[in-house]
Amino acid sequence: MTRNSIAFWTGSTVFLVAVFVMTQVVGNQYPFFAGYVILQFIALAVAWSILGGYAGYVNFGTSAFFGVGVYAAVFLVKAFGAPLPLQILAGAAIGALMGFALGLLTLRMQGIFFSIATIALTIIIETTITNWRYVGGAAGIQIQRPAVTAPFDNYVQMLFFVQALLVVLAVAISRYIQNSWIGRGLQALRDDELAAECTGVPTLRLKLLACVISGALMCAVGAPAAMYLQYADPASAFNLNYSVTTLAMSLIGGTAHWSGPIIGAILLGTTQQLLTVTISSEVNVLVLGLMLVLFVVGAPEGIIGLIRKLRGDRKEGEV
Amino acid sequence: MFSFDLLLDAVVIGVLLGCFYGAVSLGLSVSFGLLDVPHVAHPAFLVLASYAVYFLNEHYAVDPLVAGLLITPVFFLLGLVAYRLYYETFEKRGSDAAVRGIAFFFGVAFIIEVLIILQFGVDQRSVTADYIGRAWRLGDIRIPYRLLVAFAVATALTVLLTLYLSRTFMGRAIRAVAQDQEALRLMGANPIKIKQWAFGIATAVLGIAGALLIIVAPVDPTLDRAYIGRTFCVVVMAGLGSMGGTLVAAIILGVAETIVLTMFGASWAPAISFAMLLGVLAVRPQGLFGRRS
Repeated sequence: MTRNSIAFWTGSTVFLVAVFVMTQVVGNQYPFFAGYVILQFIALAVAWSILGGYAGYVNFGTSAFFGVGVYAAVFLVKAFGAPLPLQILAGAAIGALMGFALGLLTLRMQGIFFSIATIALTIIIETTITNWRYVGGAAGIQIQRPAVTAPFDNYVQMLFFVQALLVVLAVAISRYIQNSWIGRGLQALRDDELAAECTGVPTLRLKLLACVISGALMCAVGAPAAMYLQYADPASAFNLNYSVTTLAMSLIGGTAHWSGPIIGAILLGTTQQLLTVTISSEVNVLVLGLMLVLFVVGAPEGIIGLIRKLRGDRKEGEV
Repeated sequence: MFSFDLLLDAVVIGVLLGCFYGAVSLGLSVSFGLLDVPHVAHPAFLVLASYAVYFLNEHYAVDPLVAGLLITPVFFLLGLVAYRLYYETFEKRGSDAAVRGIAFFFGVAFIIEVLIILQFGVDQRSVTADYIGRAWRLGDIRIPYRLLVAFAVATALTVLLTLYLSRTFMGRAIRAVAQDQEALRLMGANPIKIKQWAFGIATAVLGIAGALLIIVAPVDPTLDRAYIGRTFCVVVMAGLGSMGGTLVAAIILGVAETIVLTMFGASWAPAISFAMLLGVLAVRPQGLFGRRS
């Protein structure tokens, strides 16, 4: 293990221990309700940028993966009363399959056509779920939470901890990809797919891999949301806001490094939670739009890019 | 359940509805089809135009179509500004302009959506005029006058825009810039100015299209999301940049939507345009009347 890795795993362990201690000590429920949403978006943004950031395929279908995760959980609970870990695993498996299909799409579509195709997929899946009576149809469905297991004494606290685990998993995978040959291959095909293919980079295999991993993570993140809200309906589970928020978080943070989406998600997620509580959810969407436009125009490389620029300038000054 | 009359009814309404879809897609056919701008905020501008028409109709009792004409100069200017902004921040810098551009326009669409909500609220809005709410009986088929109005205006718009692009100097310049921007530069013309003008035209057409949108059915602030699918489906199916093709593709979509609506119910309707879009992208990416191979 390199020094970097030791630092990363120590940090992750400290984070998980802190989250666990928080669930045991803090009595107020609100921090968990708000924190869960922020953690969920960190995981989504990190998963998104495996395909959108490293490979440069801009996926607007985050809400499709998220919503399928939600409905996988809803179906399993209604049909078999499946426990939470099984819901998440099933979500991940379905997400991986969806990701594989998405990866095959990249064979025919690049750039904006790929992005439009992902929006199309989202609406088609949403419509299918809307017409599926068993899981509630357009009206939505109520879900009963089972009894909470020790050592937690509240279900939301447990979900909070589970989501923290998913965040660490997503970040660890994203970090591993960035530092391995997979990440370098993805970056090569992002810069020039034809050149990468010609120099022997297995572009199709890499794209499929990125789509499968990204999709599995996004679906897994969606699965616990059914239990969190105790309710699911197609219009909100597949809301386009999930796609645009996730994309905005990654772009604001910067996609050149695995920590970019985390920074973006914490910044935007916290701002949105504060705004929703203090002003209104409409203003929250307005801020999302404004920040997205500002960063895409003013800082195309995101916060990571800004930091690198500042560092670079300072180094030049020292020399 | 299935009957020939019902099918005929669906086809007639579908053709009229399709012409209306053509009218709302014409602007995108220029901005995305000819200029390659990933304009996902196009439907948001469309809904914005509808609300402007609603405002004029509600407060000054202006006929919706006249109101649509009145706002076209404003939308033309809006288009000029929007393209300038897009060019300076994305096209000029080059690298992955399309990818960041689509994120940019999504941001713009969200901002427009929220501003409309803050100003007009989330309720549906509609306009009043003599031809709204009445229908023309043709045998067993009942055709609402508002669809006929939409049909007439859409056809006129398509013809005018086709003539403009093929007969006038500026129109030919726009098609030239779509074919080879570099050649224009070598001949001493400024491609950016021409593209800016074209984007202005594309946005100005939205003024009238917005009037049609609110004539055909009531609008609400998030209606633009449904029209992302419809407009992009029409433009991609038409083959980027073909005006006549846009009308044909729109009619195909309109007929498909009404037939599915009649046979399977309204809950399946949102998926039609996106499914067709996906099908076209996968099978025939250059569209029915494509300019590129």
